[in-house]
Amino acid sequence: MTRASEDIIADFQFLEGSDRLQLLLEFSEALPELDARYGDHPELLERVEECQSPVFIAVDGTAAEIRLHFSAPRESPTTRGFASILFSALSSHSADEILELSDDFPTKLGLDHIITPLRVRGMRGMLARIKRKTAELVAKDA
Amino acid sequence: MDQLSKIAEYANPDVLVTTEWLKNNLDNVIVVESDEDILLYETGHIPGAVKLDWHTELNHPLRRDYLESEEFSALMNIKGIGRQDTVVLYGDRSNWWATYAFWVFKLFGHENVLLLDGGRNKWIADGGDITKEKPTVSSKGYPAVERHDSEIRAFRDEVLQHIGQPMVDVRSPEEYSGERMHMPDFPNEGATRGGHIPTAASIPWSKSIQEDETFRPVAELEKLYFENTGYDRSSDFIAYCRIGERSSHSWFVLKYLLGVESVRNYDGSWTEWGNLVGAPIATGSEPGLAD
Repeated sequence: MTRASEDIIADFQFLEGSDRLQLLLEFSEALPELDARYGDHPELLERVEECQSPVFIAVDGTAAEIRLHFSAPRESPTTRGFASILFSALSSHSADEILELSDDFPTKLGLDHIITPLRVRGMRGMLARIKRKTAELVAKDA
Repeated sequence: MDQLSKIAEYANPDVLVTTEWLKNNLDNVIVVESDEDILLYETGHIPGAVKLDWHTELNHPLRRDYLESEEFSALMNIKGIGRQDTVVLYGDRSNWWATYAFWVFKLFGHENVLLLDGGRNKWIADGGDITKEKPTVSSKGYPAVERHDSEIRAFRDEVLQHIGQPMVDVRSPEEYSGERMHMPDFPNEGATRGGHIPTAASIPWSKSIQEDETFRPVAELEKLYFENTGYDRSSDFIAYCRIGERSSHSWFVLKYLLGVESVRNYDGSWTEWGNLVGAPIATGSEPGLAD
């Protein structure tokens, strides 16, 4: 677990139902704008099929410092919130740290009762793809 | 055809309102937003609108069922809705979840429920105001009213008896055929078998929607639901999907826009049927035969 991911879990667990939603909303508003390099070349992004709303990811950088990129529409704040959480938890961390993050991370946020299970599974799909792309990137560089 | 003349042709024109109408009547109604994305309301909503969370607020806290009468009246009191109030529902994704909420309001016999044609996106496209300010509401003492399931809700045994009679599967063609057990872009929600209920016609819910998310004109809906199937207004319909939300949308179209006399929503839908031991299933693009 990265320190950032532990902090995020603690922040969510500290709050009650509607405040958790508020925190998710704040995350969604904090998702960084997509890097122009990807904005101009959407074909470099991979669609997360598990998500209900269109969300695209890209992974670059080096094994020592992986960078994550997300694109999700403003009309889908929940999806943006999930993307932003994963960005905060994992971007600029090492490949090893990313691969070590538990697949259960989305569940640990305690959102299951306020967000539909479908949604939480969408976030798991996002995480699985980030891990796979990170592993591919490291294998290519090795 | 303009939106008003289109609405005038529906069997129950009074149940649909336009952005323009709502702008002029905001003070006389209770506006309720019901979205698939449960954070959308917080990013901005119609001024004065309250939020209804279909996932956490309409369902029974333990069983797979809807609220009981006391819980529904408590919910109405939290939202500041009175039994005589006119409720205008709207939401994202062509009112998909707004019609789901509509159906639940009708389970409790709330009389004055209207739907904003085109929903949230049309309101915004028409230049309607959006605010993040949440209204202050107070309880209006909504009475505890009984939930009436029999008229608009179908249960699995009734569905089994109904095979061979008018039934509409409103899921995607791939879910209907059994190629996939969940909607495109949505993860599997837990059915162990794919396919459809034998003899059900495949009419995906979104076919009743135009590009601007408003409903199609009545002539097009008649073609879709009647001409293509051989059913008519006097038919006794059951609609189903995966968990009963998309089929609420088709239920609304059949009952209010086309004026079908009897339409029930099978909310158990595929997540129940596709797991039922011994339940008959057909696969492929044809409705299949009754046993």
